[in-house]
Amino acid sequence: MTDPMERRNRPALALHVPEPVGRPGDEPDFSHIDVPPAGRVARPDVSERPDAMRGHVYELIRVLDADGSAVGPWDPRLDVDKLRRMLRDMLMVRAYDDRMYRAQRQGKTSFYMKCTGEEAIAVAGAHALDREDMCFPTYRQQGILVARDYPLTEMMCQVYSNRGDKLKGRQLPIMYSDRAHGFFSISGNLGTQYPQAVGWAMASAIKGDSRIAAAWIGEGATAEGDFHNALTFAAVYRAPVVLNIVNNQWAISTFQGIAGGENTTFAARALAYGIPGLRVDGNDALAVYAATRWAADRARSNLGPTLIEFFTYRVEGHSTSDDPTGYRPKAEGATWPFGDPVERLKQHLVKLGEWDDERHAALIEELSAEVRAAQKEAETRGTLSAASIDFPQDVSTMFDDVFADRPWHLQEQAAEMTAELEAARK
Amino acid sequence: MTVMNMIQAINNAHDVMMERDDNIVVTGEDIGYFGGVFRATEGLQKKYGTRRVFDAPIAEGGIVAVGIGMAAYGLRPVVEIQFADYIYPGFDQIVSEAGRMRYRTAGEWYLPMVIRSPYGGGIFGGQTHSQSPEALFAHACGIKTVIPSNPYDAKGLLIAAIEDDDPVVFFEPKRIYNGPFDGHFDRPVTPWAKHPAAEVPDGHYTVPIGKAAIARAGEAVTILAYGTMVHLALGVVAELGIDAEVIDLRTIVPVDIETIEESVKKTGRCIVLHEATRTAGFGAELSALVQERCFYHLEAPVVRVTGFDTPYPHSLEWAYFPGPIRLGNALKKVLED
Repeated sequence: MTDPMERRNRPALALHVPEPVGRPGDEPDFSHIDVPPAGRVARPDVSERPDAMRGHVYELIRVLDADGSAVGPWDPRLDVDKLRRMLRDMLMVRAYDDRMYRAQRQGKTSFYMKCTGEEAIAVAGAHALDREDMCFPTYRQQGILVARDYPLTEMMCQVYSNRGDKLKGRQLPIMYSDRAHGFFSISGNLGTQYPQAVGWAMASAIKGDSRIAAAWIGEGATAEGDFHNALTFAAVYRAPVVLNIVNNQWAISTFQGIAGGENTTFAARALAYGIPGLRVDGNDALAVYAATRWAADRARSNLGPTLIEFFTYRVEGHSTSDDPTGYRPKAEGATWPFGDPVERLKQHLVKLGEWDDERHAALIEELSAEVRAAQKEAETRGTLSAASIDFPQDVSTMFDDVFADRPWHLQEQAAEMTAELEAARK
Repeated sequence: MTVMNMIQAINNAHDVMMERDDNIVVTGEDIGYFGGVFRATEGLQKKYGTRRVFDAPIAEGGIVAVGIGMAAYGLRPVVEIQFADYIYPGFDQIVSEAGRMRYRTAGEWYLPMVIRSPYGGGIFGGQTHSQSPEALFAHACGIKTVIPSNPYDAKGLLIAAIEDDDPVVFFEPKRIYNGPFDGHFDRPVTPWAKHPAAEVPDGHYTVPIGKAAIARAGEAVTILAYGTMVHLALGVVAELGIDAEVIDLRTIVPVDIETIEESVKKTGRCIVLHEATRTAGFGAELSALVQERCFYHLEAPVVRVTGFDTPYPHSLEWAYFPGPIRLGNALKKVLED
């Protein structure tokens, strides 16, 4: 091999590995993030050509200003009942997350994932869609289920893998599924649901239906090939789908620069596919609602897909198995320049004269009681007992639903397992 | 009845089913206007329109994924992967999603979809036009894997696969698309027209998934085969005058254990024959099943005749392909043992 010093007069190449601004021990610093004023971004007609709105991928759609007023063309002008309902759902998600996090720490379940700081994205997004639209969520959009009135006890039973779990204890906690509520089965494999949503939307178009699909992906998982597949197919067939990216800055321990966000935005990915891209303040429930509604209207008008990047911050650890103090500054979330989504919506309602601290505190108390009651109810059907072969489910169901019917080899294996358990219990 | 080759039978299966069920949609690379690189979908777009038969971008992961999404909606997609060698970008979607949807949702969602793909060697296809990756799918739970060996079965099994409510990977041995191949590459190929299984009923019929066929009844030894290898086995035992029972498995998951067991218990000897590479190939599963279930009936060790554990070579095609000489040697060994 040639000595590099002997090569022609060329500089040595250097690998660039992106690094976040702060690491443990550093003070949180978001001075590199531009905080544009609310109301500045134009709202094009839904029929606007994607190439005429290229600038949108580098802007940030914001509706709520620093005082809590709704300003600019993206103000969805929601009635106060809707605003209060969204606030209630976001608070409910927060109360639910706290309760389930605690349940995991108490050993009642093996695992949990909170969505703290991201409540507006799933909740306002769900409220901007029709109930019959199909959502293809990741594991951090529990707010969709809450917004669609899915019973908390059902969610908890899934987390506990107990007798009430409709998924029969087969899925890791939080990987909910409910067809009737338009909540597609969550998979552990990242990004897979993104092109599936496109296929669902294509099917809706093939059948001349009026329903659309919506999909969510984290900024980290946009690096998966399925993200590219989804955008290609969505663009090619003008599939009626809303493709959401939740950029919460962190994929477990890797900051968004490692996913390819260092020199561009995730919304800008849309440009190369010839579809419109919007970039939205994910902590602004009204902006989330307005952008989702715009994209949904566009899809419903046969104008094709929209990619939306929701800019937000993952306030808590990635999961109950994660400790963020190992890779980022402590309490970074508290200094996030776009604030807290719940507080901002609350402030807006207060500003409108439709809310106050007393009502807010009372609502939190009411929701907390509701969550506790649901938990009590769910726990009557059992919690995960990791150290027992007296499973909460009927153990023979383990072999069901691999196929529509049990083939011979599964029948034999079921008999084998039953015999093992019977022997062990003696 | 119409005399058809395998391509025509597969094409006709699509046609019969698309006529019957408006929820059947077909997609894949080059399958629309052009009718497929092997002509398997020729004429379908013209007849059923681009709403139901449409070309896809070159993205196997995307093709399988949108198939899953469409099936979740309630359609019955039939998607094509141009060569089985190119199925790997769709592997995550097939294994992690298609195979597990019914299970992970406790039956709330299920995926009635078919993934068709030409597979197998013997065509100088080299490394990426000859592979037989069936073991990878046999190992993944929740997926049925079907491999026909003649026009009659190809149509009947494909219709059964389309009607099945579980995801089916449907591998088509491209070497025998136009005529059965007995491994004698130095002789002219006989077209299907002269074969009884080329008589294909015109309308709807099914060949059940999970049922093997006894391609030749015999007493001396059982040969377990599927796809092109069925014809190789039939040719070799005829030439050598061996009274072998040749079983065409037709479905490898779920495999027809009753037919296998009954045959091996009768003959006491068994050869497993496939094109795929040996280590952890489907032959290993067959060999283990026979050993577990027929041990006291066996007169000789179960022998595997398979592709070698190398990538499929181009110029060395006939040294690699498990042909008549290799099978003949194995038969002698098993019978003399």
